[in-house]
Amino acid sequence: MTSSEIRHREPLDIATARVPRGQVYIIPERCKGCDFCIVFCPVDILVFSTDINAKGYHFPIVAHGKEDACTHCGFCDLLCPELAIYTEDLNALEQEAEGDTD
Amino acid sequence: MTQTVLTGEKKTDTHPVDALLRADRLPHILCPGCGIGTAMHCIVHAMAESGIDRDKHVCVSGIGCSGRVAGYIDVDSYHTTHGRAIPFAVGIAVQNPELAVTVVSGDGDLTAIGGNHLIHAARRNIDLNVICINNFNYGMTGGQAGPTTPLNAQSSTTPYGCWDRPFNLPHLAHAVGAPFVARWTVLHVRQLKDAILRAMQKPGFCFIEVISPCPTNYGKFNNIGSGLEEMESYRRRCVVDHDANLADIEIDLGQEDSPIVVGNFIDVDREPFRPILAGPVREEKPHAAWAGLRKTQFVEDKNGPE
Repeated sequence: MTSSEIRHREPLDIATARVPRGQVYIIPERCKGCDFCIVFCPVDILVFSTDINAKGYHFPIVAHGKEDACTHCGFCDLLCPELAIYTEDLNALEQEAEGDTD
Repeated sequence: MTQTVLTGEKKTDTHPVDALLRADRLPHILCPGCGIGTAMHCIVHAMAESGIDRDKHVCVSGIGCSGRVAGYIDVDSYHTTHGRAIPFAVGIAVQNPELAVTVVSGDGDLTAIGGNHLIHAARRNIDLNVICINNFNYGMTGGQAGPTTPLNAQSSTTPYGCWDRPFNLPHLAHAVGAPFVARWTVLHVRQLKDAILRAMQKPGFCFIEVISPCPTNYGKFNNIGSGLEEMESYRRRCVVDHDANLADIEIDLGQEDSPIVVGNFIDVDREPFRPILAGPVREEKPHAAWAGLRKTQFVEDKNGPE
């Protein structure tokens, strides 16, 4: 098999598979600005806010233009030492809301 | 299907795992960039996923930064005297074998002042899950050198570099007979959570070393700027090798090119501690969590089918 053929291979379930979408939730008052979630986010959607919390730390927010990019991998959630960020599966929430009509 | 249009992050004030935490005490006292919070987060997630009733979980910790963890986890939790977390937990585990007893403590507490208790609890294979959060120094008291401080590393008591060889904790635990031995860093959150889950479901003495950054003390003395910098170095240097020779996996944090070997090194079956007096009772009424455990396939069984 040549490399061009490999390039044109498509996953068998490409028509039905949906990339998970996540909604990011942030608890600003717990954040201590350690930067872990921002640096280790696999899709790089988090940045520091310009606002500060009560302790004076900049907390993460979703970058402008990447509102829809979260894939709900949950890495920021598990990695956060302060339990200050988590994500929810938006596809699952939407399906629940629509009574799973697909 | 209509897709919701997202508008970035939403702000809230509760976390889904708050139910297992004393959330009124958060944010915790640990420094920014410290990894103990992440380890605690993995323990709480593992507790939630373990399928063991919350009333059957017990969390015991000693003294130190890592010793604070028991204070934040809202199960039956005990904050004991320095080094004596394991003897305290042994009492709980032997008296009531139904309980899943998790010991969370630091390297100084478990391997220095509590070193004897660690090796003898492992030798007798008492049903405990010991999570040793290793930050390479005594963090809470000002960064003194401990038994895990790497060779040549500086600390407040070794300003010319530490000249004692550090403990190789997985090798130690394996040598004294622990049936489950793992080492992960706080960057390997999923693997760490799975290892803790496996330990909670496995009978016998399960030892997990969790390597954690300590920017405030260890980092300050060794020119590591922040917890993030230490985490980045874990990402560069960690090598997952479940079959590593445990004698060769000493950590040398100073040598940038030396790898940090992580993995679930040992996972074997060994008869757990059972006092003669408790013997017949155990046979009539097996440990509820033990029965489920044998069918749990977690690590690809490198020892072959049983």
